[in-house]
Amino acid sequence: MIQVNIEKCGHCGACVSVCPTNSITLIESCLEIADTCTTCETCVTICPVGALVVS
Amino acid sequence: MKDEYDVVVVGAGPAGAYAAATAASECDVLLIEKRQEIGNPVRCAEGVSKEGLARFLPPQKRWIANNIASARIFSPDGTVLEVSEELAGPEVGYVLERKIFDRDLAKRAAQAGADVAVRTRATGVIRENGFICGVKVRHLGESLEMRAKVVIAADGVESQLARWAGINTTLKPIDLESCAQYLMTNVDLLDDCCDFYLGSEAPGGYAWAFPKGHQIGNIGLGALASKLQSKHPIDYLNAFAERHFPDGQPVELNIGGVPVSNAARKTVADGLMLVGDAARHTDPITGGGIINALEGGRLAGEVAKQAVRVQDPSLKVLKQYEAAWRASFGKKLERNYKIKDIFVNLSDAELNKLIRSLEGLRLEDMSVAGIIKRLISRNPRLLAGVRHLF
Ligand SMILES: Cc1cc2nc3c(=O)[nH]c(=O)nc-3n(C[C@H](O)[C@H](O)[C@H](O)COP(=O)(O)OP(=O)(O)OC[C@H]3O[C@@H](n4cnc5c(N)ncnc54)[C@H](O)[C@@H]3O)c2cc1C
Repeated sequence: MIQVNIEKCGHCGACVSVCPTNSITLIESCLEIADTCTTCETCVTICPVGALVVS
Repeated sequence: MKDEYDVVVVGAGPAGAYAAATAASECDVLLIEKRQEIGNPVRCAEGVSKEGLARFLPPQKRWIANNIASARIFSPDGTVLEVSEELAGPEVGYVLERKIFDRDLAKRAAQAGADVAVRTRATGVIRENGFICGVKVRHLGESLEMRAKVVIAADGVESQLARWAGINTTLKPIDLESCAQYLMTNVDLLDDCCDFYLGSEAPGGYAWAFPKGHQIGNIGLGALASKLQSKHPIDYLNAFAERHFPDGQPVELNIGGVPVSNAARKTVADGLMLVGDAARHTDPITGGGIINALEGGRLAGEVAKQAVRVQDPSLKVLKQYEAAWRASFGKKLERNYKIKDIFVNLSDAELNKLIRSLEGLRLEDMSVAGIIKRLISRNPRLLAGVRHLF
Protein backbone atom coordinates (compact mmCIF):
# COMPACT_ATOMS: atom_id res chain seq x y z
CA MET A 1 0.00 0.00 0.00
CA ILE A 2 1.17 3.53 -0.75
CA GLN A 3 1.18 5.97 2.11
CA VAL A 4 1.51 9.74 2.06
CA ASN A 5 3.75 11.51 4.52
CA ILE A 6 1.69 14.64 5.01
CA GLU A 7 4.62 16.37 6.64
CA LYS A 8 6.50 16.15 3.34
CA CYS A 9 3.78 16.30 0.68
CA GLY A 10 3.63 19.68 -1.07
CA HIS A 11 0.38 18.84 -2.87
CA CYS A 12 1.75 19.47 -6.37
CA GLY A 13 -0.04 16.68 -8.24
CA ALA A 14 3.05 15.29 -10.01
CA CYS A 15 2.14 11.82 -8.70
CA VAL A 16 -1.36 12.10 -10.18
CA SER A 17 0.08 12.68 -13.65
CA VAL A 18 2.10 9.44 -13.72
CA CYS A 19 -0.34 7.08 -12.01
CA PRO A 20 -1.10 4.38 -14.59
CA THR A 21 -4.43 3.50 -12.99
CA ASN A 22 -5.54 7.10 -12.31
CA SER A 23 -5.89 6.16 -8.65
CA ILE A 24 -4.55 9.35 -7.05
CA THR A 25 -6.60 12.49 -6.52
CA LEU A 26 -5.27 15.74 -5.08
CA ILE A 27 -7.78 17.57 -2.93
CA GLU A 28 -6.18 20.78 -1.68
CA SER A 29 -3.48 19.56 0.70
CA CYS A 30 -4.71 15.99 0.81
CA LEU A 31 -3.86 13.08 -1.49
CA GLU A 32 -6.49 10.38 -1.81
CA ILE A 33 -5.34 7.00 -3.08
CA ALA A 34 -8.13 4.77 -4.37
CA ASP A 35 -8.14 1.00 -3.92
CA THR A 36 -7.48 0.59 -7.66
CA CYS A 37 -3.83 1.36 -6.79
CA THR A 38 -1.57 -1.53 -7.81
CA THR A 39 1.42 -0.34 -5.73
CA CYS A 40 3.52 0.02 -8.90
CA GLU A 41 5.54 2.62 -6.98
CA THR A 42 5.92 5.03 -9.91
CA CYS A 43 4.65 7.85 -7.69
CA VAL A 44 7.14 6.92 -4.98
CA THR A 45 10.12 7.42 -7.31
CA ILE A 46 8.99 10.58 -9.04
CA CYS A 47 7.76 12.62 -6.03
CA PRO A 48 9.80 15.86 -5.82
CA VAL A 49 10.07 15.59 -2.04
CA GLY A 50 9.82 11.86 -1.38
CA ALA A 51 6.46 12.12 0.36
CA LEU A 52 5.14 8.76 -0.85
CA VAL A 53 6.24 5.48 0.69
CA VAL A 54 5.29 1.85 0.45
CA SER A 55 4.07 0.40 3.70
CA MET B 1 -23.65 29.24 -10.02
CA LYS B 2 -26.27 27.57 -12.19
CA ASP B 3 -26.48 23.91 -13.14
CA GLU B 4 -26.34 24.42 -16.88
CA TYR B 5 -23.94 26.41 -19.05
CA ASP B 6 -22.85 26.63 -22.67
CA VAL B 7 -19.25 26.05 -21.62
CA VAL B 8 -17.76 24.67 -18.39
CA VAL B 9 -14.01 25.16 -17.95
CA VAL B 10 -12.27 22.97 -15.36
CA GLY B 11 -9.15 24.54 -13.80
CA ALA B 12 -8.41 28.25 -13.33
CA GLY B 13 -4.75 28.38 -14.38
CA PRO B 14 -3.67 30.45 -17.40
CA ALA B 15 -5.18 28.00 -19.91
CA GLY B 16 -8.59 27.75 -18.26
CA ALA B 17 -8.93 31.41 -17.36
CA TYR B 18 -7.99 32.51 -20.87
CA ALA B 19 -10.36 30.00 -22.46
CA ALA B 20 -13.16 31.17 -20.16
CA ALA B 21 -12.53 34.85 -20.91
CA THR B 22 -12.50 34.17 -24.65
CA ALA B 23 -15.68 32.07 -24.67
CA ALA B 24 -17.55 34.40 -22.30
CA SER B 25 -17.73 37.15 -24.90
CA GLU B 26 -20.55 35.15 -26.52
CA CYS B 27 -21.42 32.21 -24.28
CA ASP B 28 -22.63 31.41 -20.83
CA VAL B 29 -19.45 30.19 -19.13
CA LEU B 30 -18.54 28.63 -15.79
CA LEU B 31 -14.89 28.46 -14.66
CA ILE B 32 -14.29 26.08 -11.75
CA GLU B 33 -11.19 25.74 -9.58
CA LYS B 34 -10.72 23.10 -6.92
CA ARG B 35 -8.35 25.13 -4.78
CA GLN B 36 -9.54 27.70 -2.33
CA GLU B 37 -7.15 30.28 -3.73
CA ILE B 38 -6.59 30.75 -7.45
CA GLY B 39 -2.86 30.89 -8.20
CA ASN B 40 -1.69 29.54 -4.84
CA PRO B 41 0.51 27.57 -4.25
CA VAL B 42 2.68 28.62 -7.17
CA ARG B 43 4.06 25.81 -9.32
CA CYS B 44 6.26 27.84 -11.60
CA ALA B 45 9.61 29.61 -12.01
CA GLU B 46 7.61 32.49 -13.50
CA GLY B 47 9.83 33.21 -16.51
CA VAL B 48 8.05 34.29 -19.65
CA SER B 49 8.95 35.99 -22.92
CA LYS B 50 7.78 39.54 -23.26
CA GLU B 51 6.89 39.14 -26.90
CA GLY B 52 4.94 35.93 -26.23
CA LEU B 53 2.90 37.48 -23.47
CA ALA B 54 2.16 40.66 -25.44
CA ARG B 55 0.07 38.57 -27.84
CA PHE B 56 -2.43 37.99 -25.03
CA LEU B 57 -2.29 40.75 -22.44
CA PRO B 58 -1.04 44.28 -22.00
CA PRO B 59 1.69 44.14 -19.33
CA GLN B 60 0.63 45.15 -15.81
CA LYS B 61 3.12 46.38 -13.22
CA ARG B 62 1.35 44.46 -10.47
CA TRP B 63 2.28 41.06 -11.89
CA ILE B 64 5.75 41.84 -13.20
CA ALA B 65 8.43 41.17 -10.61
CA ASN B 66 11.30 41.92 -12.94
CA ASN B 67 12.38 42.74 -16.49
CA ILE B 68 14.90 40.38 -18.05
CA ALA B 69 17.38 41.38 -20.76
CA SER B 70 19.75 38.42 -20.92
CA ALA B 71 20.45 34.87 -19.87
CA ARG B 72 23.51 32.91 -18.82
CA ILE B 73 23.94 29.20 -19.30
CA PHE B 74 26.46 27.50 -17.01
CA SER B 75 28.06 24.20 -17.94
CA PRO B 76 28.92 21.71 -15.17
CA ASP B 77 32.53 22.99 -15.06
CA GLY B 78 31.33 26.59 -14.68
CA THR B 79 31.91 27.79 -18.25
CA VAL B 80 29.40 30.53 -19.03
CA LEU B 81 27.51 31.18 -22.21
CA GLU B 82 25.92 34.61 -22.33
CA VAL B 83 22.90 35.31 -24.44
CA SER B 84 21.24 38.66 -24.92
CA GLU B 85 18.81 39.73 -27.52
CA GLU B 86 20.09 43.13 -28.46
CA LEU B 87 18.06 43.36 -31.61
CA ALA B 88 14.78 42.99 -29.73
CA GLY B 89 15.33 45.93 -27.38
CA PRO B 90 16.48 45.98 -23.81
CA GLU B 91 13.76 43.83 -22.26
CA VAL B 92 13.14 40.37 -23.62
CA GLY B 93 11.32 38.74 -20.76
CA TYR B 94 9.66 39.01 -17.41
CA VAL B 95 9.77 37.18 -14.15
CA LEU B 96 6.12 37.21 -13.14
CA GLU B 97 4.24 37.14 -9.87
CA ARG B 98 2.06 34.15 -10.77
CA LYS B 99 -0.13 34.54 -7.69
CA ILE B 100 -1.24 37.94 -8.97
CA PHE B 101 -1.05 37.04 -12.66
CA ASP B 102 -3.36 34.02 -12.34
CA ARG B 103 -5.90 36.01 -10.34
CA ASP B 104 -5.84 38.79 -12.90
CA LEU B 105 -6.57 36.24 -15.63
CA ALA B 106 -9.52 34.91 -13.60
CA LYS B 107 -10.71 38.48 -13.15
CA ARG B 108 -10.64 38.95 -16.93
CA ALA B 109 -12.85 35.90 -17.29
CA ALA B 110 -15.26 37.28 -14.70
CA GLN B 111 -15.29 40.69 -16.37
CA ALA B 112 -16.13 39.04 -19.67
CA GLY B 113 -19.18 37.55 -17.95
CA ALA B 114 -18.05 34.11 -16.78
CA ASP B 115 -19.15 32.70 -13.43
CA VAL B 116 -16.12 31.68 -11.37
CA ALA B 117 -16.26 29.13 -8.55
CA VAL B 118 -13.44 28.13 -6.20
CA ARG B 119 -13.36 25.09 -3.92
CA THR B 120 -15.22 23.37 -6.74
CA ARG B 121 -13.61 20.16 -7.92
CA ALA B 122 -14.54 18.09 -10.94
CA THR B 123 -14.85 14.44 -9.92
CA GLY B 124 -16.05 12.91 -13.18
CA VAL B 125 -17.65 13.57 -16.54
CA ILE B 126 -21.28 13.29 -17.52
CA ARG B 127 -21.49 11.26 -20.69
CA GLU B 128 -24.58 10.74 -22.84
CA ASN B 129 -24.66 9.01 -26.24
CA GLY B 130 -20.87 9.15 -26.36
CA PHE B 131 -20.84 12.92 -25.79
CA ILE B 132 -19.26 14.62 -22.80
CA CYS B 133 -22.08 16.91 -21.72
CA GLY B 134 -20.98 18.15 -18.35
CA VAL B 135 -19.00 17.43 -15.20
CA LYS B 136 -19.76 16.05 -11.78
CA VAL B 137 -18.38 18.31 -9.10
CA ARG B 138 -17.87 18.55 -5.38
CA HIS B 139 -18.50 22.07 -4.15
CA LEU B 140 -17.94 22.80 -0.47
CA GLY B 141 -18.81 19.27 0.51
CA GLU B 142 -21.81 18.96 -1.79
CA SER B 143 -22.18 16.79 -4.93
CA LEU B 144 -23.52 18.68 -7.95
CA GLU B 145 -23.82 18.14 -11.69
CA MET B 146 -22.94 20.91 -14.13
CA ARG B 147 -24.25 20.37 -17.61
CA ALA B 148 -22.53 22.00 -20.57
CA LYS B 149 -22.53 21.89 -24.36
CA VAL B 150 -18.75 22.07 -24.28
CA VAL B 151 -16.36 21.06 -21.49
CA ILE B 152 -12.81 22.43 -21.53
CA ALA B 153 -10.29 20.45 -19.48
CA ALA B 154 -7.68 22.93 -18.21
CA ASP B 155 -6.86 20.92 -15.10
CA GLY B 156 -3.09 21.12 -15.40
CA VAL B 157 -0.39 18.50 -15.01
CA GLU B 158 -2.59 16.45 -12.64
CA SER B 159 -5.42 16.37 -15.18
CA GLN B 160 -7.82 13.51 -14.59
CA LEU B 161 -10.62 14.82 -16.75
CA ALA B 162 -9.15 13.58 -20.01
CA ARG B 163 -8.61 10.14 -18.53
CA TRP B 164 -12.16 10.01 -17.19
CA ALA B 165 -13.27 10.82 -20.73
CA GLY B 166 -11.20 7.96 -22.12
CA ILE B 167 -8.16 9.87 -23.42
CA ASN B 168 -5.00 8.49 -21.88
CA THR B 169 -2.70 11.36 -20.92
CA THR B 170 -0.76 9.47 -18.24
CA LEU B 171 2.87 10.60 -18.28
CA LYS B 172 5.80 8.20 -18.25
CA PRO B 173 8.68 9.08 -15.93
CA ILE B 174 10.88 9.75 -19.00
CA ASP B 175 8.38 12.49 -19.90
CA LEU B 176 8.09 14.28 -16.56
CA GLU B 177 10.41 16.80 -14.96
CA SER B 178 10.04 16.54 -11.21
CA CYS B 179 10.77 19.98 -9.76
CA ALA B 180 11.57 21.71 -6.51
CA GLN B 181 12.15 25.41 -6.02
CA TYR B 182 12.77 27.87 -3.22
CA LEU B 183 11.72 31.45 -3.37
CA MET B 184 14.95 32.54 -1.75
CA THR B 185 16.06 35.70 -0.11
CA ASN B 186 19.64 36.87 0.46
CA VAL B 187 20.66 35.80 -3.02
CA ASP B 188 22.98 37.93 -5.14
CA LEU B 189 21.62 37.74 -8.66
CA LEU B 190 22.05 40.02 -11.64
CA ASP B 191 18.72 41.78 -11.64
CA ASP B 192 18.08 41.58 -15.38
CA CYS B 193 19.47 38.12 -16.11
CA CYS B 194 18.08 34.58 -15.87
CA ASP B 195 20.63 31.87 -15.08
CA PHE B 196 20.46 28.23 -16.18
CA TYR B 197 22.74 25.46 -14.87
CA LEU B 198 23.21 22.27 -16.87
CA GLY B 199 24.53 18.92 -15.75
CA SER B 200 24.21 16.28 -13.09
CA GLU B 201 23.29 18.79 -10.39
CA ALA B 202 19.86 18.36 -12.01
CA PRO B 203 20.01 15.02 -13.88
CA GLY B 204 18.10 15.11 -17.17
CA GLY B 205 16.91 18.63 -16.51
CA TYR B 206 18.44 21.90 -15.39
CA ALA B 207 18.64 24.21 -12.43
CA TRP B 208 17.63 27.85 -12.60
CA ALA B 209 18.00 31.13 -10.75
CA PHE B 210 15.48 33.77 -11.83
CA PRO B 211 15.75 37.16 -10.10
CA LYS B 212 12.66 38.81 -8.68
CA GLY B 213 14.47 41.94 -7.47
CA HIS B 214 15.58 43.04 -3.99
CA GLN B 215 17.84 39.98 -3.54
CA ILE B 216 14.95 37.57 -3.91
CA GLY B 217 14.76 34.93 -6.61
CA ASN B 218 13.32 31.64 -7.74
CA ILE B 219 16.07 29.09 -7.21
CA GLY B 220 14.97 25.70 -8.42
CA LEU B 221 15.55 22.67 -10.53
CA GLY B 222 13.84 19.96 -12.48
CA ALA B 223 15.17 16.42 -12.80
CA LEU B 224 13.89 13.92 -15.30
CA ALA B 225 11.76 11.55 -13.22
CA SER B 226 13.22 8.45 -14.91
CA LYS B 227 16.68 9.45 -13.67
CA LEU B 228 15.64 9.60 -10.02
CA GLN B 229 16.70 6.75 -7.79
CA SER B 230 17.26 7.22 -4.10
CA LYS B 231 17.45 11.01 -4.18
CA HIS B 232 14.53 13.34 -4.80
CA PRO B 233 14.58 16.78 -6.45
CA ILE B 234 14.42 18.45 -3.02
CA ASP B 235 17.74 16.76 -2.14
CA TYR B 236 19.32 17.95 -5.40
CA LEU B 237 17.94 21.43 -4.73
CA ASN B 238 19.38 21.60 -1.23
CA ALA B 239 22.80 20.61 -2.58
CA PHE B 240 22.53 23.11 -5.43
CA ALA B 241 21.47 25.98 -3.16
CA GLU B 242 24.19 25.16 -0.65
CA ARG B 243 26.83 25.24 -3.37
CA HIS B 244 25.73 28.29 -5.36
CA PHE B 245 23.77 30.37 -2.83
CA PRO B 246 25.25 29.55 0.58
CA ASP B 247 23.76 32.70 2.15
CA GLY B 248 20.31 32.19 0.67
CA GLN B 249 17.35 31.51 2.94
CA PRO B 250 14.02 30.20 1.71
CA VAL B 251 10.78 32.11 2.19
CA GLU B 252 8.72 29.62 0.20
CA LEU B 253 9.06 26.06 -1.11
CA ASN B 254 7.34 25.23 -4.38
CA ILE B 255 7.23 21.83 -5.97
CA GLY B 256 5.63 20.48 -9.10
CA GLY B 257 5.74 18.32 -12.19
CA VAL B 258 6.24 19.56 -15.74
CA PRO B 259 5.19 17.41 -18.69
CA VAL B 260 8.07 17.13 -21.17
CA SER B 261 6.23 14.64 -23.34
CA ASN B 262 4.77 14.88 -26.78
CA ALA B 263 1.44 16.70 -26.80
CA ALA B 264 -1.54 14.48 -25.97
CA ARG B 265 -2.26 12.37 -29.04
CA LYS B 266 -5.89 13.43 -28.91
CA THR B 267 -6.99 16.79 -27.53
CA VAL B 268 -10.65 16.72 -28.60
CA ALA B 269 -13.62 14.40 -28.23
CA ASP B 270 -17.35 14.93 -28.66
CA GLY B 271 -18.08 17.78 -26.24
CA LEU B 272 -14.53 18.04 -24.86
CA MET B 273 -11.28 19.94 -25.49
CA LEU B 274 -7.98 19.69 -23.56
CA VAL B 275 -5.81 22.78 -23.08
CA GLY B 276 -2.54 23.79 -21.42
CA ASP B 277 -0.65 21.29 -19.27
CA ALA B 278 -3.68 18.97 -19.41
CA ALA B 279 -3.04 18.70 -23.17
CA ARG B 280 0.70 18.29 -22.44
CA HIS B 281 1.46 21.54 -24.26
CA THR B 282 4.59 22.53 -22.29
CA ASP B 283 7.82 22.92 -24.21
CA PRO B 284 9.84 19.69 -23.74
CA ILE B 285 13.18 21.52 -23.70
CA THR B 286 12.52 24.51 -21.47
CA GLY B 287 9.50 23.25 -19.54
CA GLY B 288 7.85 26.61 -20.23
CA GLY B 289 4.09 26.29 -20.52
CA ILE B 290 2.48 29.65 -19.81
CA ILE B 291 2.41 30.99 -23.37
CA ASN B 292 1.14 27.76 -24.93
CA ALA B 293 -1.48 27.57 -22.17
CA LEU B 294 -2.73 31.04 -23.10
CA GLU B 295 -2.63 30.24 -26.82
CA GLY B 296 -4.43 26.92 -26.37
CA GLY B 297 -6.94 28.63 -24.10
CA ARG B 298 -7.66 31.28 -26.67
CA LEU B 299 -8.01 28.80 -29.54
CA ALA B 300 -10.27 26.48 -27.52
CA GLY B 301 -12.37 29.45 -26.37
CA GLU B 302 -12.87 30.53 -29.99
CA VAL B 303 -13.84 27.04 -31.12
CA ALA B 304 -16.21 26.65 -28.14
CA LYS B 305 -18.01 29.82 -29.27
CA GLN B 306 -18.24 28.46 -32.78
CA ALA B 307 -19.66 25.13 -31.52
CA VAL B 308 -22.31 26.92 -29.46
CA ARG B 309 -23.14 29.21 -32.39
CA VAL B 310 -23.76 26.34 -34.79
CA GLN B 311 -25.24 24.18 -31.99
CA ASP B 312 -22.82 21.36 -32.73
CA PRO B 313 -20.29 20.42 -30.03
CA SER B 314 -19.29 17.25 -31.87
CA LEU B 315 -15.77 16.25 -32.81
CA LYS B 316 -16.50 17.56 -36.31
CA VAL B 317 -16.50 21.14 -35.04
CA LEU B 318 -14.15 20.81 -32.07
CA LYS B 319 -11.38 19.27 -34.17
CA GLN B 320 -10.78 22.77 -35.52
CA TYR B 321 -9.15 23.42 -32.15
CA GLU B 322 -6.73 20.55 -32.63
CA ALA B 323 -5.85 21.74 -36.12
CA ALA B 324 -5.36 25.28 -34.81
CA TRP B 325 -2.93 24.46 -32.00
CA ARG B 326 -1.02 22.09 -34.26
CA ALA B 327 -0.63 24.89 -36.80
CA SER B 328 0.40 27.33 -34.10
CA PHE B 329 2.94 25.49 -31.94
CA GLY B 330 2.55 21.78 -32.76
CA LYS B 331 5.62 21.50 -35.00
CA LYS B 332 7.82 23.19 -32.45
CA LEU B 333 6.68 20.82 -29.71
CA GLU B 334 7.41 17.81 -31.90
CA ARG B 335 10.86 19.05 -32.82
CA ASN B 336 11.74 20.01 -29.26
CA TYR B 337 10.64 16.62 -27.96
CA LYS B 338 13.19 14.96 -30.26
CA ILE B 339 15.89 17.38 -29.14
CA LYS B 340 15.04 16.81 -25.48
CA ASP B 341 15.50 13.08 -25.99
CA ILE B 342 19.13 13.65 -26.99
CA PHE B 343 19.95 16.39 -24.48
CA VAL B 344 18.72 14.60 -21.36
CA ASN B 345 21.30 11.88 -21.96
CA LEU B 346 24.38 14.07 -22.42
CA SER B 347 27.10 13.56 -19.82
CA ASP B 348 28.68 16.40 -17.86
CA ALA B 349 31.79 16.07 -20.03
CA GLU B 350 29.73 16.40 -23.19
CA LEU B 351 27.82 19.40 -21.83
CA ASN B 352 31.14 21.06 -20.91
CA LYS B 353 32.35 20.48 -24.45
CA LEU B 354 29.20 21.97 -25.95
CA ILE B 355 29.21 25.12 -23.86
CA ARG B 356 32.97 25.58 -24.25
CA SER B 357 32.55 25.42 -28.01
CA LEU B 358 30.63 28.71 -27.85
CA GLU B 359 32.77 30.33 -25.16
CA GLY B 360 33.51 33.98 -25.80
CA LEU B 361 30.71 34.36 -28.32
CA ARG B 362 27.95 36.76 -27.48
CA LEU B 363 24.78 35.21 -28.80
CA GLU B 364 22.12 37.61 -29.90
CA ASP B 365 19.45 35.07 -30.71
CA MET B 366 18.02 34.09 -27.33
CA SER B 367 15.67 31.48 -28.70
CA VAL B 368 16.39 27.87 -27.83
CA ALA B 369 16.42 27.04 -31.54
CA GLY B 370 18.98 29.78 -32.17
CA ILE B 371 21.31 28.48 -29.48
CA ILE B 372 20.95 24.85 -30.57
CA LYS B 373 21.70 25.76 -34.18
CA ARG B 374 24.97 27.38 -33.08
CA LEU B 375 25.81 24.33 -30.97
CA ILE B 376 25.16 22.00 -33.89
CA SER B 377 27.35 23.99 -36.24
CA ARG B 378 30.27 23.73 -33.79
CA ASN B 379 29.60 20.17 -32.61
CA PRO B 380 28.23 18.34 -35.63
CA ARG B 381 29.31 14.89 -34.44
CA LEU B 382 28.08 15.14 -30.86
CA LEU B 383 24.73 16.51 -31.99
CA ALA B 384 24.39 14.41 -35.14
CA GLY B 385 21.07 13.11 -33.83
CA VAL B 386 19.35 16.49 -34.03
CA ARG B 387 20.98 18.00 -37.11
CA HIS B 388 18.20 16.94 -39.42
CA LEU B 389 15.67 18.87 -37.35
CA PHE B 390 16.95 22.25 -38.52
C1 LIG C 1 8.61 24.16 -10.94
C2 LIG C 1 7.96 24.64 -12.21
C3 LIG C 1 8.55 25.71 -12.89
C4 LIG C 1 7.93 26.21 -14.06
N1 LIG C 1 8.49 27.30 -14.65
C5 LIG C 1 7.90 27.85 -15.74
C6 LIG C 1 8.42 29.04 -16.32
O1 LIG C 1 9.38 29.64 -15.83
N2 LIG C 1 7.80 29.53 -17.42
C7 LIG C 1 6.70 28.93 -17.97
O2 LIG C 1 6.19 29.42 -18.98
N3 LIG C 1 6.20 27.81 -17.44
C8 LIG C 1 6.75 27.25 -16.33
N4 LIG C 1 6.22 26.12 -15.76
C9 LIG C 1 5.04 25.51 -16.38
C10 LIG C 1 3.79 26.32 -16.09
O3 LIG C 1 3.66 26.54 -14.70
C11 LIG C 1 2.56 25.58 -16.61
O4 LIG C 1 2.80 25.18 -17.94
C12 LIG C 1 1.30 26.42 -16.57
O5 LIG C 1 0.92 26.75 -15.26
C13 LIG C 1 0.16 25.65 -17.25
O6 LIG C 1 -1.05 26.32 -17.12
P1 LIG C 1 -2.40 25.49 -17.06
O7 LIG C 1 -3.48 26.53 -16.96
O8 LIG C 1 -2.45 24.51 -18.14
O9 LIG C 1 -2.32 24.64 -15.72
P2 LIG C 1 -2.19 25.09 -14.19
O10 LIG C 1 -1.60 26.43 -14.07
O11 LIG C 1 -1.54 23.97 -13.49
O12 LIG C 1 -3.70 25.19 -13.71
C14 LIG C 1 -4.51 24.05 -13.59
C15 LIG C 1 -5.55 24.34 -12.53
O13 LIG C 1 -6.55 23.32 -12.55
C16 LIG C 1 -6.93 23.05 -11.22
N5 LIG C 1 -7.53 21.71 -11.19
C17 LIG C 1 -6.93 20.52 -11.35
N6 LIG C 1 -7.81 19.50 -11.26
C18 LIG C 1 -9.02 20.07 -11.04
C19 LIG C 1 -10.33 19.54 -10.86
N7 LIG C 1 -10.56 18.20 -10.88
N8 LIG C 1 -11.35 20.40 -10.64
C20 LIG C 1 -11.12 21.75 -10.61
N9 LIG C 1 -9.90 22.30 -10.78
C21 LIG C 1 -8.86 21.49 -11.00
C22 LIG C 1 -5.63 23.15 -10.44
O14 LIG C 1 -5.88 23.35 -9.07
C23 LIG C 1 -4.96 24.35 -11.12
O15 LIG C 1 -5.27 25.56 -10.48
C24 LIG C 1 6.78 25.60 -14.59
C25 LIG C 1 6.21 24.52 -13.90
C26 LIG C 1 6.78 24.05 -12.72
C27 LIG C 1 6.14 22.91 -12.00
